[in-house]
Amino acid sequence: MDVAQFLHEFWIARGAIWDGFQMTVAISALSIFFGTLLGLFVGLALVYAWLPVRFVVRIYVDFIRGTPVFVLVLASFYILSVIGIQLTAFQAGILAITAFCSTHVGEMVRGALAAIPRGQSEAAMAIGLTFRQTFQSVLMPQALRQILPTWVNAATEMVKASTLLSVIGVAELLLATQQVISRNFLSLEFYFLAGFIYFLIDFSIERLGRFVEKKLAYC
Amino acid sequence: MMSEPLLFIENLHKSFGKLEVLKGVDLTMNASDVVSIIGSSGSGKTTMLRCVNLLEEFHEGRILIDGEEIGYTLKNGKRQRLPKAQIARHRALTGMVFQTFNLFPHLTALKNVTLGLIKVRKMKKDEAAEVARHWLSRVGLLDRQDHYPGQLSGGQQQRVAIARAIAMNPKLMLFDEVTSALDPELVNEVLNVIKDLASDGMTMLIVTHEMRFAFDVSTKVIFMNEGRIGEQGPPAELFNNPKSKRLAEFIQNSTF
Amino acid sequence: MDYRLNFDAVWRSFDLLLSGLALGLGLAIVSIFIGSLIGLIAAFAMLSKNKLWRGIAVAYVTAIRNTPILVLIFFTFFALPQLGVRLGKIESFVFTLTIYSGAYLTEVFRGGLIAIPPGLREAGLAVGLTEWGAQRWVIIPVMIRNVLPALSNNFISLFKDTSLAAAIAVPELTFYARQINVNSFRVIESWTVASLMYVFACYIIAAGLRLVERKLAIP
Ligand SMILES: Nc1ncnc2c1ncn2[C@@H]1O[C@H](COP(=O)(O)OP(=O)(O)O)[C@@H](O)[C@H]1O
Ligand SMILES: [Mg+2]
Repeated sequence: MDVAQFLHEFWIARGAIWDGFQMTVAISALSIFFGTLLGLFVGLALVYAWLPVRFVVRIYVDFIRGTPVFVLVLASFYILSVIGIQLTAFQAGILAITAFCSTHVGEMVRGALAAIPRGQSEAAMAIGLTFRQTFQSVLMPQALRQILPTWVNAATEMVKASTLLSVIGVAELLLATQQVISRNFLSLEFYFLAGFIYFLIDFSIERLGRFVEKKLAYC
Repeated sequence: MMSEPLLFIENLHKSFGKLEVLKGVDLTMNASDVVSIIGSSGSGKTTMLRCVNLLEEFHEGRILIDGEEIGYTLKNGKRQRLPKAQIARHRALTGMVFQTFNLFPHLTALKNVTLGLIKVRKMKKDEAAEVARHWLSRVGLLDRQDHYPGQLSGGQQQRVAIARAIAMNPKLMLFDEVTSALDPELVNEVLNVIKDLASDGMTMLIVTHEMRFAFDVSTKVIFMNEGRIGEQGPPAELFNNPKSKRLAEFIQNSTF
Repeated sequence: MDYRLNFDAVWRSFDLLLSGLALGLGLAIVSIFIGSLIGLIAAFAMLSKNKLWRGIAVAYVTAIRNTPILVLIFFTFFALPQLGVRLGKIESFVFTLTIYSGAYLTEVFRGGLIAIPPGLREAGLAVGLTEWGAQRWVIIPVMIRNVLPALSNNFISLFKDTSLAAAIAVPELTFYARQINVNSFRVIESWTVASLMYVFACYIIAAGLRLVERKLAIP
């Protein structure tokens, strides 16, 4: 490997890689945001909803989780246009990862709520709180606290999943890297670089997760 | 001709880091001796048994079983721990029964006993099973041979553990508070098995808090105190006429 | 929207989809077997007193777990040839998936080994087994039984990850689904059927593995 050549090519490609990096961050952040929002509802529905609704949500969760994310991305990209929903590849990809994220968050919320002993809501109701008040002031704070570390780590999964959008032509970091490689043929160096950038992102998120976990353990 | 002692411990020292736990222990046992070790918690009883079973390394002193020094050798004048295969062979000279049973949870009672026979003694499966059944029947558990540890009571598990150790045909059996983890009503079934083995002439070194049992079964009782042998003698002498204040207090605070 | 469902094209190619599913399963099975071996060795390395081994194992696990699998797949397939390592696409994919699963299984096995009470090893030594004998006949068998549920989960997610082999044109289920989609324009049909095949396969595998777990569980 010629370091000077690599540095030279890197200098040429820095803009493209930076754009790809930004795209990766955008895809991940948007998917995590919408996925978490949707996931909270999914989790609540799995615990509290009227039985038929719960059943439908359960099917949604199992279906999404049983399907590889890659298939979700491809299906979302190809299917939406033929049923008349005109989305860009970027939007279709985010939709798929959002769905993926929502089922993860949904299961987390369900698990966390299920882990809170029944006696707590009974005690809260006994001192006269309504269900809504009990939920807001007793159950949800505990559940959120419990899922926070897991949720931070799920974020690394979304960053990894964002690479799948390269296959439907979204120029995120991986596709940007491939485009760079197709010009300079330094596949080893630039794949390694991309892998390293992903590593840095995920590793930082993972550290953040541990930090949050520790912080929560003390208070 | 004087026969070799079966167990000979000389000047045994053992430390964990800076903490010296055994501060020069000497002990001689002849074949068919039953020696009980009593003493307060933390006095080094377990550590001493574990040294004899070579589960701990020790820094000074010698342990001989049937005249053979175990665990260490002198090489060019330097004391050296033997290679692992040798250690394993020496370890098999003694059988160890633990406070917490430590049965192999994934094996039936029978297989718990046959594992060592097959893998260490290189017996054929049938032969090993026969030996195992003999010992399981001696501890009264032949009908439980196909049960897994999780399906046995604590007392039954401990009896299987005894069968597992003794089936290996050790020269010396080591028992470390084998009834301490048991519910009171299960203690006697285990102690009776040990008494039964004693009457067979098995040589045994027993750490116990069961004073009545120590009194009944032992040829000699040792009182461990802060890493040393505080006092030793025949059970009647030791329990009835303790010489030191420490032992007198210890006996007073023990239940019989 | 003017789209009439018509499954003819999908049914005509159903054999292909099935063969793709079978290939995916095969890839996952081979990878989890070799991956388990790697994971076991790396787990022991992580717990060893030797700093070098520990360092290598930690580096391996941290690097792989924080890098998107698609980047690993492309790296092996496109970049390694630059180092003279030229693998066919199936071999290349299996290699990646094996290394990938090995890292995750290292964590599983490490946790399993830590959870084994030390008395078990000593009991093995006390009956005269060597250090290796105690590991081989006592510790590893007990540990494997304890981590079976985690192994099952890993296998299922590994199976879903085989969909990514399509990205380097390994003819597995996702590859054929995409082919049918492109050739026949039966977009909804191809993706729905492929997705359902994954979901059902996951269900069946999960149920089967649960049976095995129950059969091997320590009573
Ligand atoms: N592995 C170890 N590491 C450090 N200290 C230990 C270890 N094992 C035992 N000790 C210490 O050695 C002393 C003697 O322990 P032990 O032999 O178990 O006593 P006993 O069996 O008489 O209760 C205790 O102070 C104990 O804390
Ligand atoms: Mg003790």
